[in-house]
Amino acid sequence: MGGRRWRAGRRDREDRRQLKRLLALAFLAGTALAADRPTPLKSGVEFTGADARALQADEFANPGMLWVARGEKLWSEPAGVSGKSCADCHGDAVKSMKGVAARAVNLDGRIENCRTEQQQARAFEPESQGLLSLSAYVAFQSRGMPISIPGTADVQASVQRGREIYHRRMGQLNLSCSQCHDDHWGRKLAAETVSQGHPNGFPAYRLSWESVGSLARRIRACYSGIRAEMPEYGSPDLQDLQAYLAWRAQGLAMESPGVRR
Amino acid sequence: MAARISVPATAKKGDTVEIRIAIQHPMETGFRFDVNGRAIPKNVINRVTCRFGGEEIFRAELGSGIAANPFLDFFAAVEESGTFEFEWVDDAGVRGAETAKIVVS
Repeated sequence: MGGRRWRAGRRDREDRRQLKRLLALAFLAGTALAADRPTPLKSGVEFTGADARALQADEFANPGMLWVARGEKLWSEPAGVSGKSCADCHGDAVKSMKGVAARAVNLDGRIENCRTEQQQARAFEPESQGLLSLSAYVAFQSRGMPISIPGTADVQASVQRGREIYHRRMGQLNLSCSQCHDDHWGRKLAAETVSQGHPNGFPAYRLSWESVGSLARRIRACYSGIRAEMPEYGSPDLQDLQAYLAWRAQGLAMESPGVRR
Repeated sequence: MAARISVPATAKKGDTVEIRIAIQHPMETGFRFDVNGRAIPKNVINRVTCRFGGEEIFRAELGSGIAANPFLDFFAAVEESGTFEFEWVDDAGVRGAETAKIVVS
């Protein structure tokens, strides 16, 4: 009898330990879902090659700096009916735009808004040289600053919608963003290394584009890659995805104009 | 066309300095077709020259094998203060120019 009781007691203890282990696992899974982002966070440049990394680090050789230089000129050029330039309201971009791109979830939209509402000029086209130059110039002022998006309700709602899209399977390949950029980053997709899909280098000079391009263009390229219908520039889906990517990359340093393959 | 030149601001007489220039240009090869199937005409920067004190010190003839946004890098010995005057022209006849000063002591 004594032996059996002892054994039962041990089983109880085992059960309790098992339960604790399960609870710990469930807790870990819970925090993983809450965190919902790769660890450690790695910038896209770490998945390129040594040559692209060197190109990005060299502030003169980095071809994206040509767009920054052009944006700097545009900053003080008057436009539209108002006859005002960006500088007339915002002053010196080096001061006034510092950190703006690290906090913004839709920089292009805000530039376009300034242009149509304040300058009363015609909006730039998506991916036009003017818009890319200005956004590269503004984003450059946040170089080295960690991404940190506002906690306001509308931004967080956009992040939530973006999260849903990010995890939704789509296209003929029936893949979600998460299946590559959460589950298989660091592994090979043909000759390329799958990145974690962070926006901190954008607008970035992509070697295959031979040009600076926006994050929206890069996301559209992923849509095309999984053979899904590409969302239009400025569409809510793209904006929500960009917001989610910014949320997911919080803490990563801005490096625009980045160099990507 | 935006361009950037990198030249040291100052140098000692007889020093060899590194001069770098990056020019924003699509360098269209002439081998590509647009979405309607029409050939996109070749348009590359075909000549870049650099003058110093009125004298040509560097010339490059580029072709369709050069990638977009060409980046050139060369060295020159400097004897006196002056201005590097870059000029370039593409197949469409569009010209560009940019200068950079150096003070030699």
